[in-house]
Amino acid sequence: MSQTILNDDSLTFAEKIISAKTDEGRKVHHAGEIAVLPADMAMAQDSTGPLAIKVFREMGVQKVWDPKRIHLVIDHSFPAPDEKVANLHILIREFVKQQGVRLVEGSISHQHLLENHVVPGMVLFGADSHTCQAGAIGAFATGIGSSEMAAVWASGKLWVRVPESIKINLTGQFKKGVYARDIITHFIGMVGEDGGNYKSLEWKGPAVRNLSISSRACISNNSMECGCKLSIFEVDPATQDYFKMANRKPMLEIHAGPKAHYKEEYEIDLGTLEPKVWGPGNESKVRSASEFGDDHLDEVFIGSSTNGRYEDLQVVGKILKGHKIKAGTRCIITPASRNVFERAIKDGLVETFLESGAVFTNATCGACVGTHLGVLGENETCLSTSPRNYVGRMGASTAKIYLSSPATAAASALEGHIADPRSYL
Amino acid sequence: MSLPAPPTIIRGRTWVWPDDVNTDIIIPFRFKARTNDPVEMAKYAMYGFDPEFYKKVKPGDLFVAGRNFGGGSSREQAPVAIKYSGVAAVVAESFARIFYRNSFAIGLPTLEVPGIAKEVSQWDEMEVNLQYWTVKKVKDGKTFHALPVPEFLRELMREGGLVEFYKKHKSFPWERLQQLA
Repeated sequence: MSQTILNDDSLTFAEKIISAKTDEGRKVHHAGEIAVLPADMAMAQDSTGPLAIKVFREMGVQKVWDPKRIHLVIDHSFPAPDEKVANLHILIREFVKQQGVRLVEGSISHQHLLENHVVPGMVLFGADSHTCQAGAIGAFATGIGSSEMAAVWASGKLWVRVPESIKINLTGQFKKGVYARDIITHFIGMVGEDGGNYKSLEWKGPAVRNLSISSRACISNNSMECGCKLSIFEVDPATQDYFKMANRKPMLEIHAGPKAHYKEEYEIDLGTLEPKVWGPGNESKVRSASEFGDDHLDEVFIGSSTNGRYEDLQVVGKILKGHKIKAGTRCIITPASRNVFERAIKDGLVETFLESGAVFTNATCGACVGTHLGVLGENETCLSTSPRNYVGRMGASTAKIYLSSPATAAASALEGHIADPRSYL
Repeated sequence: MSLPAPPTIIRGRTWVWPDDVNTDIIIPFRFKARTNDPVEMAKYAMYGFDPEFYKKVKPGDLFVAGRNFGGGSSREQAPVAIKYSGVAAVVAESFARIFYRNSFAIGLPTLEVPGIAKEVSQWDEMEVNLQYWTVKKVKDGKTFHALPVPEFLRELMREGGLVEFYKKHKSFPWERLQQLA
């Protein structure tokens, strides 16, 4: 590893980590250049893994490059809702057995890796767009497709274009009822669905230190909705504490140089943010929760890799406690991992959920992907904490999906329409 | 996944699509998560806009789209469904990054041509040249240069994607870059 690169004042996070990890750090790679980057870890899930397995076999490769670094995660449709899905799950299990790679069933991949495997300074390729979540702890983590995943399985490497970077300076303090999700929703509203396409986002500024690792994971995860390649929070004391508690060692701490060049720079004062709602469909409109009327919600979905963590369920518990979900609105709560699921049961959160009339499910991507556990029918309206409000994402093409923080979702479930959470906090 | 590698010059009629066509429109999760067969995937191509699209598309048709074509999920089933529906190439103002990578990886010609959306109407005849990386309107001969792409990716495209490339060379196209470096 070249110390010169790590100390280079002029490099962004992306330029620095790619340069440090490529060709033993012999050459500086600037934005726009192509590099061949060795992977430290590779992940595929149950809707991208089967195609990667098929491609891997068609290429005629016999053995994967390093079974211990390869994770297959059955999360999108777990347990299988029908026979067709079940058969693809069987294909995954057979491949796992044949190649000796790692398998987890019933935790969302991004949360599972964050809790157990990925560390700062790693290069993680994931066959899932929201892989960029692991940028929250200072890893190079990005989404790819199935054929490229098969190539990573075969060779342990992949080409990357060194991305340009965008700096977002976070200042100020949250007002009551405002959370990490509201920051990223606000940001996407500002830059649009392709505002981060091909770019690396670097979240900086004095307000970062007050954001928990869960909050950072929410932001890095949801950054995908502006098309980014990476979404980075550099290692700081909060990251170090997180890994000390988890008894896992960071691989490498990468800090962008103070003179790094950013293509764009933004500033967000957290104190000016309100609880935000984005949607529906391709309208990409972001509005404050208080601006909505009393249009009926058929479903409220709280969960997904964006907002299904313990911190999220705690806020939901606080709002639901002692109240009832509005009749005619179903509220589905789906934890992001088995670990979150177990904690929610042990700590009594689930009792609160059930008393309020909510449904609590196993850990999975669940309703987010429109295949089980809360599929939307014709013309239904849903408020969800999941990442995407695309037409047809959660079921019928005529269904409307709005997105918000877990707090806004919980308050809305109680009122049966989109509601500001602040009166419940 | 074996369809023949794309010809150097592709001529066809165009389907015109708007900005921000995401992968859930191109093939909804509920369909792509239930099959590993590209021919089956093709039946759901562009389902979010028209569930009958696969009955209407003709082999050799072209797509012209606005900004950010293929945004959203990493699903390779999106370019696979388009390719196996018979569409020969996609030309767009811009592509979302994972969709763009996936298209090269499976050998679906995708060319980024800023300004193309306002130049082309539904069913216009167009010619895509993979040698010169250009797009021509047949009606008036007006030619547009697509944004340049590294040679190793164009080679990957010409050879029909990663499976075909690896079977032939027993290596990946970017491994040569490393040797040259």
